Formats: sequence, C-alpha cells, structure tokens
Amino acid sequence: MPGAIPFLSFAIWVPIIAGLLVLATGGDRNAPMQRGLAMLGALAGFAVTIPLYTGFDAASAGMQFVELHPWIERFNVNYHLGVDGISVLFVLLNSFVTILVVIAGWSVIENRVAQYYASFLVLSGLMNGVFSALDGVLFYVFFEATLIPMFIIIGVWGGPNRVYAALKFFLYTLAGSLLLLVSVLYLYNKSGGSFAILDWHRLPLPLRAQELLFFGFLLAFAVKVPMWPVHTWLPDAHVEAPTGGSVVLAAIMLKLGAYGFVRFSLPILPDASRELAWLMIALSLIAVVYIGLVALVQTDMKKLIAYSSISHMGFVTLGFFIFNSLGVEGGLVQMISHGFVSAAMFLCVGVMYDRMHTRQIADYGGVVNTMPKFATLMMLFAMANSGLPATSGFVGEFMVIMGAMKASFWIAFAAASTLIWGAAYTLWMYKRVIFGPVANDHVAKLGDLNPREMLALGLLALAVLAMGLWPLPFTDVMHASVGELLRHVALPKT
Amino acid sequence: MSPKMIAFIDHLPMLPEALLLAGACVLMIADLYVKDERRGATYAIAQLVLIGCAAATAFVMWGSRAHEPYKYFLFGGLFVDDIMANVLKMAAYISVSTALVYSRQYLFERGLLRGEFMTLLLFALLGIMVMISAGSFITLYLGLELLSLCLYAMVALNRDSAVSTEAAMKYFVLGALASGLLLYGMSMIYGATGSLDITEVARHVRELKSGALFEGSSTHRFLVFGLVFVVAGIAFKLGVVPFHMWLPDVYQGAPTAVTLVIGTAPKLAAFAMAIRLLVNGLLDLAIDWQQMLVILAIASMALGNITAIAQSNVKRMLAYSTIAHMGFMLLGLLAGVVGGNRLNAPDAYSAAMFYTLVYVLMSLGAFGMLIFLSRAGVECETLEDLKGLNRRSPWYAFIMLVLMFSLAGIPPTAGFYAKLAVLSAAVNAGQIWLAVVAVLLSVIGAFYYLRIVKLMYFDEPKLVRPVGGTLDMRVLLSVNGLAVLGLGILPQKLMALCMSAIMGL
Repeated sequence: MPGAIPFLSFAIWVPIIAGLLVLATGGDRNAPMQRGLAMLGALAGFAVTIPLYTGFDAASAGMQFVELHPWIERFNVNYHLGVDGISVLFVLLNSFVTILVVIAGWSVIENRVAQYYASFLVLSGLMNGVFSALDGVLFYVFFEATLIPMFIIIGVWGGPNRVYAALKFFLYTLAGSLLLLVSVLYLYNKSGGSFAILDWHRLPLPLRAQELLFFGFLLAFAVKVPMWPVHTWLPDAHVEAPTGGSVVLAAIMLKLGAYGFVRFSLPILPDASRELAWLMIALSLIAVVYIGLVALVQTDMKKLIAYSSISHMGFVTLGFFIFNSLGVEGGLVQMISHGFVSAAMFLCVGVMYDRMHTRQIADYGGVVNTMPKFATLMMLFAMANSGLPATSGFVGEFMVIMGAMKASFWIAFAAASTLIWGAAYTLWMYKRVIFGPVANDHVAKLGDLNPREMLALGLLALAVLAMGLWPLPFTDVMHASVGELLRHVALPKT
Repeated sequence: MSPKMIAFIDHLPMLPEALLLAGACVLMIADLYVKDERRGATYAIAQLVLIGCAAATAFVMWGSRAHEPYKYFLFGGLFVDDIMANVLKMAAYISVSTALVYSRQYLFERGLLRGEFMTLLLFALLGIMVMISAGSFITLYLGLELLSLCLYAMVALNRDSAVSTEAAMKYFVLGALASGLLLYGMSMIYGATGSLDITEVARHVRELKSGALFEGSSTHRFLVFGLVFVVAGIAFKLGVVPFHMWLPDVYQGAPTAVTLVIGTAPKLAAFAMAIRLLVNGLLDLAIDWQQMLVILAIASMALGNITAIAQSNVKRMLAYSTIAHMGFMLLGLLAGVVGGNRLNAPDAYSAAMFYTLVYVLMSLGAFGMLIFLSRAGVECETLEDLKGLNRRSPWYAFIMLVLMFSLAGIPPTAGFYAKLAVLSAAVNAGQIWLAVVAVLLSVIGAFYYLRIVKLMYFDEPKLVRPVGGTLDMRVLLSVNGLAVLGLGILPQKLMALCMSAIMGL
C-alpha cells in the first residue's frame, strides 16, 4: 500500500519521541508536568496502534502494514516493518502495558522522574520495533537496544541488590544475543546477501547447518524467555526491579524471546526444529513442573511470581514445539494472557509493597480486612494465574494441553500438572497474604486502593475476563498466520 | 581495485602536507614571541593550520578531478594520493583539532599549554599524513619515525612527573625496538624483491608467486621471514598482543590530553600502514600474514578484555580496551583473502577501516570526557571519579553512556555497526569460529563498560560539584557523543565512504 499511513513507524517512534520530550523537561522540579507528558505519550502510543487491529485483515497470512525503505545499502539492510497475525497483538499489548506502567509509577517514583518515564517510553517503542521488524539487523538492533533502558531501570530505581541484578540481566542476555548476531550474519552470507527475514524463511539449508543455527538462536531466545536452565537472571531482576520494571519485564520482555522462536527458529529452521523438538519439549516441561515446584517454596512474593512466569512461559515454548495449530495458537494466547496476568500480579505486589515496603509473605496476613477491594481484584488475578476457567489463563493452557494431547498423552499429562502446581503456589500465597487474622499493626493500618491503582488493576481485570470469556477476537487474528506457519514448518527444506 | 594509475607531475596532491609543514614552522617561530598568558594565539594558529589543511585536502579530493577512483603517484612513487589517503587525512584533522579543543583548558590549568605541545602535535600529524600517503618503504618509515619521536616527547611533556617520564622512556625504548624490527623486515623484503617501492614490491611478489615451485622455496621463506618482522612492527603501532606492553603504561602515565592524542589519530596511521604494507604491497602473501593476524587478534581480544576488568584506573582500562578493539579490527584485515580468492577483500578491508574510524571517534569522546571531568589539580583518573555523574550532569552522563555502549558494541550506536561489519567479513570468509570467539570475548568486554555506566547512574557522587569546561569543549563533546549515536542510526554514508576508499586502493 504505497502512501498508506505508517502506523507501525508511529507505534515505534511516538513513544520514543515522547520519551525524549519527557527527558528534555529537565529536573525533578517539573515532576507533575513530566508525569502528565509521559501519560500523554503512552496514550498516544496506544492510540496509534489501534488502527493496526481495526485495519488488520485476519484472512490474510501475509505481512500487513508493510514499510520498506533502504537503510544501510552497503549491507543491504532495510528499514522493513510489517506485522502478521502472530505479531500484531503484541504491539497492542506492549503499548497497553506502557499505559499501566505510567500509572504504576505515578506517585511512587519521586526521584529522577523524567529519566524514569523516558526509559519506559523508549523501551516501549523499541519493543514495538522488535515485534514488527522484518529485517534481521533491524530486529537485532531493537532486540539489543531494549537492554539499555531496562538496565537503567533496574539499576537506578531498583532494590538494594539492584547493581548485581542489573549487570546479571544485561550480561546474560548479551551473551545469548551475540550468538544470534553470528547466526544472523551466517544467514546473510548463505542467502547471498539478504537480511530479509522472509527471504530466510525460504532459504534451503542442510540439516547440520540448521542444527547449529538452531542452537545459536536457542541460546538468545531461551535466555530471554527464559527457559530452564538459563533462567536464573529473571528472579534476581524481578526482585530488584521497581514495580513498573517487573511489569514490563514479565508482560513484554519475556515475550521477545518466545516471539523469536516463532519468527526465526520455526520457519527458518523447520527441519532442525522438528529434529530437536524433543529437547525443547523436555526443557519446557522442566520449566512447567520443576520451576512450578520451586515457586511453591518461595517466601518473597515477587520471586514467587517470577518463578511462576518461567513456569507459564514453559507452556508457551511447549505449545510452539508440538507443531499443531492448537499448540501454537495456545502458546500465543498464553503469551498475551500472561502479559495481562503477570502484569496484574506484579502490580498487586507493588500496591502492597508501596504501603508496607516488604515483599515477604510472612510479613502479611489478613490484608482482606483492611483492603477488601484490593483483595477482590487480586483474587481474580490469582485465579487467572492458576488457570481457572473463565479467565484468560485458562484459555491458553487448555489449548496447549489439548494440542499436547494430540502429540503424546504423557506430555499432556506432565503439562496438565501445572493446574495443580499453579493453583498450589498462587492460591497458597494468596491465602497466606490476604486471609487469616490481621498479622500485625502495619497490616491493620493499610488503606485500600486509590483511584489510580483501581484504574490500572481494573483495566487489567477487564482484559483478563474478556479474554477468558470470549477469546475469539484474539485467536481469530492468528488463525491464518499460524496455519501458514505450520504448513511451512511441515515442509522439509534441506 | 583497478584505479587509473597516473604519474603526476603536478605536485598538487601534497598541498596539505606542504601547508602543514609551513604552518608548523610558522607556529614554532611565532610561539617564541608569545608570552605564556597569551598562548591562545598559538592555539589559534594551530587550529587555523588544521582548517587550512582540511580545505586543501578537500580541494585535492574534489576540486581537481572527476568522481572516479583515482590514484596518483608523486616523486617517482614515494608519495601516493588516493581516496583512502584523503579520507584518513580528513579524519586525522578532525581528530587532532578536536583533541586540541578538548585539551586546551586542561593543559592551561597544568601549565602545559606551551608552544611545544602544539608544534609537536602538528609535526606528529605530518608524520601521520606521510604514513597515510606512503608509496614506498622509505616514506613509510620516515613518517613513522616523525610521528613516534613527536609522541615520545609529548608523553614526557610534564617533565616533573616521574610517571610521565617513565612512560616516555618505556615508550621510547620499546618504540625504537619496534622500528628496528620493522626496518629489518623491510630490508628482508627488499632483499627478496629488489625494490623499496610498494607497488614494485607487489609486482615482484606476484611474479615470484606465479612462477612454479614458489611455495616453500627459499625465496618464499625469505619473504615470510621479512613479513614476520613487518607484521610485528605494525602490531606494535596498533598495540596488539604481544606487542602491547607499552600501551597501558603510556596511556596511564601521559597527561590525559596526550593520551587523547596518542589514542586517536595515530591509530589511523597504524591502519594506513597495515593497508599500505600488507594489502598494497604483500597481498599475494595474504595466506601467510592472515595466519599471523589470527593469533594477534585472538590474543588481543582475550588479553585486552580480560585484563581491563581488573583495572581501577580509567585510563589504563581504556588502554586495555584499545588493545581489545584493535584485535577486533584485525578480524576485518584477516578476512580479505579466502584460499586465494579476493572477492571478500573490499568488504573486509572497508569493514576494518570503518571500525578504525569509529574507534577513533569513540576514543576521542571517552578521553575527552575524562579531560572534561578533570579540574585544576584534580585528575579524573580512577573509576571512583565517575561515580554519580548522572547527579552532577545528566546530559554528560548520557553522552558518556552512549560512548560506553558504543565501545561495548550495543546498538543503536556506531560501535555496533563497526562490530557488525567486521564480524560479517569474518563470517563471509568462513571464519565462523573466529567470529564466535570474538563475540564471546566482547561479552566479557561489555562488563567493564557497563561498570562505568553503573558508576555514573547507580552510585551516588562523592561530592556533588557541577561540571565545568569551556563552552567550545562542552559543545564539541556533545557533538562527539551525538555523532556516535547518529552514526549508529545512519551508518550508511560513512560505510559507503570506506568502501569507495578501499575500492580505490
């Protein structure tokens, strides 16, 4: 569509420019104005993504809203953007979560406010870039650049051990993604000088090369997802990050890795993916079961939710590598649902942390007595986190389990056990924190949600319920693209 | 690489050198009549000379001929003028001029802003330019000696400082040794080919190589023997392992303004020297020297990146970072010829050139920032001194952040494309394992750059003192940092320029 409005560019650059504007407003004196400006930027960023959904042609499996401009001719690198049914929802989710993050930091962050909001807005734009890039170098640039704002967010506004967590986060992900760079350069070489991801989809490669590339990609994306055993940075990063940082990390950043599997590993290396699916399934099941059990024994709420995130992301990777449409769509639905639910859970912990300045489960008890509205909302999110029907958490997990059942009973059996672990760790935490007698004087003095928190959690509650009760608008968008992907993966290309 | 070769009778292409020589002499004499407090006049002359040289080079580049690959030889082949020479000279002017702006206040506060500094700087630049345009071993050697002698003296500029004089001594002794090695290697090659002229040497080597029984013959061994010494000489100038010993001591010992000079423009000359000798002269022996460069590259990246972690002095840390970067740059130089096939050569060498230019730009910024944060009597040297910079000046903390992420090779900064280009050349040459080693070592490297970001952003300053600096320095430092970011977003122009420079060799 020549002359069409470049909505994807808007989705990327509106938040970034808004972030730079916020940064330009200077010191903390102007904090109220900076908050307003950041809110405006986040809203504008979300507004420009709405046409991506309303104007999306769900019947087509191809890339839509394509923008293609030469960027670095020397390397045949293009500014090539586009979304299909797989990626479009993540752009929306990301822009939506950015609004929540702005709300979440509203009265909590009083220190270097402009830098805080600028980091999040820039991060949001960069992540939209990852989801819409169709050029290998462009993808890599966005993928890596997201590390910088997140590094700053964790390191500047984080908890006591923030420096360790920030460095660990950065170096882990960098180590993974540099091998991605070598893989990308190898593909560039093999494809005769093209960085277009869609060209790579059609590129025939011998099995041996596919396997090596698969491991190159695996390391980059597995660190990001994160999959067992390269997940150890996540609990540290989550515990130390400010609430907004945890929300973005869990809701969007982890999805970058999972998205990488669907955009790179599966279509570019279909044979290696089939060949090594056993490995991916095994790692996913370890994440689901073992990490689920690890979550059970956590005493820190944020850490518990961090482990629960890893466990849920195990479902996503499991869904992708059982190669049927229920599995892949289930994985994608789970990604979006986890975006809502984990964001909500981290916001809930943030709400309590802002009041009590502790995340230890043992410090709480009987919160329902003083914060009934909060307890009600958190109940919903806890249910969603444990995959109760009628919440979004159920849809994705159910689809993946159904898909797995087609592949093998035992995989489905192991995966389904999450319904027990998930319920156990989430509801047990909920019980210890919310119910029971009022644990101490601090809890007795708690005040219920303020309108700002109510708004953020309320929006998420609506999203969780809507997706749980009527998932069709979400899955409809994916059908064509996922079908095309599976047809593509089924064909050998050695 | 098939430019028109014309023996030029007109001496126009060496106008910049002539201008610089005249300017440096004028400056030397004028400085005798200028009192210490009016040293600004000398400074102004130096800057004017640089601007004049830049205009002259621009005139040589665009003024007198069509836009096609050109290559002119002057003085019977002693002096070469081609696109690469002009591009590198331009970069050298910019780098030296920026270094002057950055160091003026710093040197003035320490009583070092004397005529010597500027005279030596201009003569060093002349040496750099002669090296860049060298068409013969002799010219190259003369340029190298001129450059080195000026730098030895500049390191010892602060003659009351024991550290500085020690560094100068070390630099001088090791530098003299390296010059000797280079000269020895050159004489071997002269013995084997019978010529000092680089083009002639190339022709002779090609003839020798096309003859039967060349591989493993005594002539071949003789040439490779000489080549080893030539490579050692180049490695010393670049500062790659195992010829790096001088670098940390000199970087740390010299006044920061001099470190800034040593760490920037001379790298351009070292790169030009590598291209002139290895590519222009001995490309037919590429199989031999590429193997040597592989070892140098890996050793430099490993030692540079790992040792830098242990440093608490920023200048010393940046010295090890230089070693690692130059090792990375070698990845481009060693990827040109694959099994006798030169198809990859323009890509690979232009990647190395891009890397060098970007490195010089980043290095200028990083050392410039250290000068910027130093005060009268207070050196910004240890990591501690960078603590909490974000509190003191968010803008310059951001500039430093950009520079550090660029040095670490994180997009969207110029440093990323430098790494991308070089790695791409290595992968295209089939050296995938080398690329993997390089990226793994650069993860280790990322740690110490991140540590600086951590100190600036996550830690509280020791004392909250606003940053100073003259207006011209503040503006130029900002431009420098933004240029690194700007080249990270739009690297195409500079990449294309490097490509045309290499194509015109």
